[in-house]
Amino acid sequence: MAEDVLKKIDEQVKQNKIMLYMKGTPDFPMCGFSAATVQVLDSYEVPYASLNVLEDPAIRDGIKRYSNWPTIPQLYINGEFVGGCDIIREMHAKGELEPLIRAATQG
Amino acid sequence: MPVPITAEEIHSLITQAIPDARVQVRDTTGGGDHYEAFVVSPSFSGKTKVNRHRMVYGALQDAMVQRIHALALTTLTPEELQQEQSANVVNIQTRKPR
Repeated sequence: MAEDVLKKIDEQVKQNKIMLYMKGTPDFPMCGFSAATVQVLDSYEVPYASLNVLEDPAIRDGIKRYSNWPTIPQLYINGEFVGGCDIIREMHAKGELEPLIRAATQG
Repeated sequence: MPVPITAEEIHSLITQAIPDARVQVRDTTGGGDHYEAFVVSPSFSGKTKVNRHRMVYGALQDAMVQRIHALALTTLTPEELQQEQSANVVNIQTRKPR
């Protein structure tokens, strides 16, 4: 069972070039950290996939084990874990995130 | 419900695990559920942000999962701190405002 969840997550992050696991949805974030991450992503005006972990307890638990990271949101680009809210905001502020986003959406 | 954690406990868990770290923890809402931790350590050198944060989360272990509702993290090496301070990006408070 637990392994199935990890496999499902693995497929999700590989099928979606930009994949955000968050609390709530981009339109209605249910947590300040998720909202801040959505705000950064929206500023690039590119499409991205997201999953509301509040509606999927198995993923909510599984994603933490998948990345060995205890918190949500979690952003994946091209199947790789990039970071949580603090790292995303910091990378955005330093201009380090945009090249990754552009490369993922143009590639 | 698990016992709420205090800023002092967060501080001591981090410094136990990363002894060379300078740590500042702030209760951002005053409600004991939203914290902000500022961690400066030479042992972050050469590590990605993800791995630095993993070190801090590792220090907090079960508390992170069970007792901490929200924790904003900043992890810097002493050199990075100096750069950021001179660039005025980060304003480290040396005293508590209250």
